[in-house]
Amino acid sequence: MSPLLSFFSKVDPQTKPVVSQKVALSAIDHQMRTPVLLFTTSAILWLLIGTAFAIIASIKLHSPDFLGNFEWLTFGRARSAHLNAMAYGWANNAVFAVGLWVMARLCKANIRYGTMLVIAGSFWNIGVTIGVIGILTGGLTSVEWLEMPPYVAPMLAFSYVLIAVWGVLMFRFREKGHVYVSQWYILGALFWFPWLYVIAQTMIFVEPATGTVQSITNWWFGHNVLGLWYTPMGLAAIYYMMPKVLGRPIYSYYLSVLGFWSLALFYNWAGVHHLIGGPIPVWLISAGIVASVMMVIPVVVTAINHHMTAVGNARAVWCSPTLRFIVFGAMSYTLASFFGSWMALRDVNVVTHFTQFTVGHAHHGVYAFFTMTMFGGIYFMVPRILQREWPSANLIRVHFWCVSIGIGMMLVALHVGGWIQGLQLNNPDIPYTSPESGVVTILSALKPWLFSRSISGVLITIGHVAFFINFILMVIGPRAVRYKEGPTLLVKKEGEGA
Amino acid sequence: MLAFSFTGLILSSQIQFGDLKPIALEEGEMPMPQARVGLAQQGKEIYIDQGCIYCHSQQVRRKGFGADWERGWGDRQSVPRDYILQERVLLGTSRTGPDLMAIGDRQPSADWHHLHLFNPQITSPGSIMPPFRYLYRTQKIGDAPSPNALNIPDDFPLDQPEPGYEIVPTDRADQLVEYLLSLKLDYELPESRFAE
Repeated sequence: MSPLLSFFSKVDPQTKPVVSQKVALSAIDHQMRTPVLLFTTSAILWLLIGTAFAIIASIKLHSPDFLGNFEWLTFGRARSAHLNAMAYGWANNAVFAVGLWVMARLCKANIRYGTMLVIAGSFWNIGVTIGVIGILTGGLTSVEWLEMPPYVAPMLAFSYVLIAVWGVLMFRFREKGHVYVSQWYILGALFWFPWLYVIAQTMIFVEPATGTVQSITNWWFGHNVLGLWYTPMGLAAIYYMMPKVLGRPIYSYYLSVLGFWSLALFYNWAGVHHLIGGPIPVWLISAGIVASVMMVIPVVVTAINHHMTAVGNARAVWCSPTLRFIVFGAMSYTLASFFGSWMALRDVNVVTHFTQFTVGHAHHGVYAFFTMTMFGGIYFMVPRILQREWPSANLIRVHFWCVSIGIGMMLVALHVGGWIQGLQLNNPDIPYTSPESGVVTILSALKPWLFSRSISGVLITIGHVAFFINFILMVIGPRAVRYKEGPTLLVKKEGEGA
Repeated sequence: MLAFSFTGLILSSQIQFGDLKPIALEEGEMPMPQARVGLAQQGKEIYIDQGCIYCHSQQVRRKGFGADWERGWGDRQSVPRDYILQERVLLGTSRTGPDLMAIGDRQPSADWHHLHLFNPQITSPGSIMPPFRYLYRTQKIGDAPSPNALNIPDDFPLDQPEPGYEIVPTDRADQLVEYLLSLKLDYELPESRFAE
């Protein structure tokens, strides 16, 4: 059977042979329907809110007088509202939706009392809403990745536990047998996140640690939220969707074991590289740099595993909305991680630290890898949850092209602009600003790059709106789209007379 | 796994330098650093809730690593002891604007800071710092102009108040400027002396 055929037989919901499996999964999909729909809808709404703040903050950075007299939208608050809406609103809801759904399917566990999940999820979203409003109205903490006022933390932590416990319970009562790599990642992440969050809240806000121990705690948290929460959830989604859509197993079981444990071992030491040159003991920084470089191991291992699984199936990847986004995400993971390891080297860091390069790198990881992967996950998951197909292939195309070109443009702008900014920062003869026009200054060199970042932001916004419209049409749309013509693909089927 | 790094990074640094105390360079001198009090401490809250940290760091790297020293951001490297009395440490990871560890030494004029906060273009043309006009208010001139009224140059007609009115700092602006003026690195510590 050619890969293409096997691809279609896997995706086609009307295929007969594996009925019992399908029935089991379909029952799980049905049980997970309400909670997953709640998390997905909230995630997409937060995505739009976060995008709006992103655009505002981005424009403000090159045109500071834009909305300049609204205190609640001053740059520091708008960018923090953007970050927290994206991190705790979009990303966490997407993780809850995709992560728990994948976990439920892999464990084949019966999910009872799904309403609890809905209640906990509602409280999580209320908490984030209060937090973001808090940031805008003067509760901003100026602690990176923990900007929301500390008073929302108990609510978030509590609803998190109520949500995460479902993942753990599913695993506890899973169908006996092989445990798949996605399950390790999800289970690990479900335990890692609360531990990070509670420690960081305690040592920074409740009982502040002495001096720069706070900063170390801050970056231990901030970096690990990416590495031990979003990354494993993203990888779990890739590991689940890729073989599922392609209809072939993961290339190497051994490599996935190695990838998981080396990630768990090295990533959590790496965060100190955000403080290179800073007022903390140098041995800590060195430990962080070593760990950052060691991250090459899990990244290479995972990249080989993904590549060898997908290789030879370019056409299937191109047809499937899920795989287009997932493969984009997987490739970005490799690239962003290499950049990350490289940026941790002192000689490189002395240029990139404190510049837009770091901002570019953050978007490389959280957007080009994590967010794209979650888009792919949602494209795969929602049709199975709703038993409907995506109404418009065109809207998916608009979504894909706008966000992939947009993020590509943003990464180029911020990396190149940031690198120039870093070189100029290290040259004391170049001032930030100058009263005379025509003098080379750091800011005059940076502005065009910041401006092109805003343009890329507009593209990304268009993509997000297309995604939102497609999703809404799917949820409220007429039942006619229900399995009408098979799955929505981006390229016409080939050689099947269709 | 996470417990290892928590122990290795956080607990061990707490043990290594969590009990640092202010120290005098020579006997009889004032132990440094000193706690920030009063207006300046209130101003720090403004600095925090406006999110200044997202463009301004507060750390000076050693001479030879970057150009912090050459730019006049501090005469010496900042070290853990400099931060021990701060309830919220604002090291920052972005230098879209200059470092502010020693802005009080570098720019001791309150008038300059007020004009700069009101509209950064007045003092630093081409700056991308947002204006903080909302920390100032326009009021009718009483019997005599207020001593703290902003003296906005003529080439900023849009920022000029109506005739008979003046622009003065609110309490928050005064606190914020007081905080900025209190940011100094004019003392030495045994482990960090002024670089030559």
